[in-house]
Amino acid sequence: MSLLKIKFSFQRRVRLAQGLWLLSWAAVFSGATTFGLGVFLKTELHRRAEVMHTMDIHMVPNLLMAVGLASVGINICAGRICQDSMDATRFARWKSYMIPFFCLALFFTTLMLVAMILSYALQPSLEESLKVGLKNGIRFYKDTDTPGRCFQKETIDRLQIEFKCCGNTNFKDWFEVQWINNRYLDFTSQEVKDRVRSNVDGRYLVDGVPFSCCNPSSPRPCIQYHLLDNAAHHNYEYQTEELNLYNRGCREALVTYYMGIMNTIGPGVMSVFLLQMTVLASLRYLQTSMEAVEGQENVEVDTEGYILEKGVKETVKELKEKLLKLVQFGQVDAAAEGQGAEDGASAEKAATPESK
Amino acid sequence: MALMKVKFDLKKRVKLAQMLWLMYWFSVMAGVLVFSMGMFFKIELRKRSELMDNNESHFMPNLLIGVGLLTCGINAFGGKICYDSLDTSKFAKWKSMLKPFLICCLIFNVLLFVTGLLCFAMRIPLQFTLAEGLKNGMKYYKDTDTPGRCYMKRTLDLMQMEFRCCGNNDYKDWFEIQWISNRYLDFSSKEVKDRISSNVDGRYLLDGVPFSCCNPSSPRPCIQHQMTNNSAHYSYDHYTEELNIWKRGCRDALVSYYGGLMGTIGILVLLVTVLEVLVMVGLQYVNTAFSSLANPEDPESESEGWILEKTVKETFTDIMAKMRAMGKTNQVEEGAEEQGAASAS
Repeated sequence: MSLLKIKFSFQRRVRLAQGLWLLSWAAVFSGATTFGLGVFLKTELHRRAEVMHTMDIHMVPNLLMAVGLASVGINICAGRICQDSMDATRFARWKSYMIPFFCLALFFTTLMLVAMILSYALQPSLEESLKVGLKNGIRFYKDTDTPGRCFQKETIDRLQIEFKCCGNTNFKDWFEVQWINNRYLDFTSQEVKDRVRSNVDGRYLVDGVPFSCCNPSSPRPCIQYHLLDNAAHHNYEYQTEELNLYNRGCREALVTYYMGIMNTIGPGVMSVFLLQMTVLASLRYLQTSMEAVEGQENVEVDTEGYILEKGVKETVKELKEKLLKLVQFGQVDAAAEGQGAEDGASAEKAATPESK
Repeated sequence: MALMKVKFDLKKRVKLAQMLWLMYWFSVMAGVLVFSMGMFFKIELRKRSELMDNNESHFMPNLLIGVGLLTCGINAFGGKICYDSLDTSKFAKWKSMLKPFLICCLIFNVLLFVTGLLCFAMRIPLQFTLAEGLKNGMKYYKDTDTPGRCYMKRTLDLMQMEFRCCGNNDYKDWFEIQWISNRYLDFSSKEVKDRISSNVDGRYLLDGVPFSCCNPSSPRPCIQHQMTNNSAHYSYDHYTEELNIWKRGCRDALVSYYGGLMGTIGILVLLVTVLEVLVMVGLQYVNTAFSSLANPEDPESESEGWILEKTVKETFTDIMAKMRAMGKTNQVEEGAEEQGAASAS
């Protein structure tokens, strides 16, 4: 029993071909949009590459770009096939390419789904990568004189200003790291000597944050230093102060930002996927109904179109048998060659003593 | 002798009409572009309206929006005329309207040109508006508890960070005003009392700037307070320190931003003017070519197109003569009326 058989009159075939042609051009456009979305996501990820440790998450935009390009190609072909289907002779030349074309198209369409699933599955990996990247960024903040790391300060400052965040998890991350370079510390002063001696590694730790953590919405001028000392500032209580610095950590801010982008792209990719499947199904119907017309004298006869010639189970069985045959054929070939070589060798042996 | 006479056969006429139709659609897009530039400019002015003197003038963006809409309308109408010109019956009904329409187009082109020039001229009033507005803005920086001014601090901070500037002319403007609200000053401390008594108005002045003046490119953490005191910071010399805070004044930064924006818009409007003039010339050719068929019954006959029927001088003298004739007719009419009134009485 064929799968999803539909009867097609000549009029219906013509309408199917016309509708499919329009649909395939819409699908070309949506394939180009998918490619564009992939490029956008890759650019955004690349811009913050300095605070990311691994590039695992780049798989998502790469897949989107590949799928977008493939979709454009597939749909242009589908459009051509549509145009040719009106003329039975021109349609005949596509015959041998149809099955491989469908397999390829199905493969790329499933990749779309894979990209969408990956965009959610890779979120923990993104968070981990940002955690390590930001930790390193904060550690190397002070190294403005070390080649290779001298832009770390500017990167972190601009990141904190743009995303309105402070530190890795929160602003207290800055208390655990020396973020003031030794070149600007007066090692003769008592205060500096005390602080450096107060911890094992000899680092100059302060309860202060860089200026880029300051929140412009605060009603009072920014308090950056002596954050935990209520007495150092008039009318200040650090336990209740909320607007002075940004409360959010940069890891959370960046993850929210990127997940927002991917959540917006997700439904778009889903609809492109559905459109593509519709195009492929319609093309299959067109192909099967046109094949039935082939060889008949009256082109306007009614035909049937289907997705699979036999049921799903039978088609799978047939595919298995075909594969087995190919494998056996390979073995038989090898065995036959082995036999033939032996025969040839013995024939030569027999021939040479005769010639002698 | 007609000005720039060109012979047209049917093929040439059809090509002219088609090309002109395409150019009209292009001009409609150009009109949309001018409109959107006007909208963008208006939004940009609104965003910084707190930093400009109260009487900031929205004349320029309003003019651009109006001119953009007018361009769209006139060009869509012209495109319709072009489309109809290939069909003699449809063209007949437009024929009478073409001359007044072309004169309208001419006036409109002059208006466009004037708009383009105004874009460049408006930079100077803008400069004065910004200078006044910024000075006031800085004065109200500390008033975060006064309703109506409580967002000035945030606006100024965000602006200084976005435009990478500090103060009005430069960072020293912050030394001359009190930018820390009295609520956060400990009046029992000696330092505060000293500073307040050191000047006539009793203001708390210090040689420091807000954090938004800090430059992220500086290799050392930002020095905001005690900026003129070299001994307050290790290895610091305020005469040679360049990267610590932004050196540019915000008035310069804003003027160059808005000036650049207006310059770009001005160039765009002048280019659109050139396009409009070309389109107008094309329409005049269509008008004359389609009206002057050698054999009115035969659509494939040859015709001639020109810009002006006589030379420029002759056309000018014609117009002057017409105006004088109109003036004389009025005088004769008035004279006749007076006569009539006199004889009646």
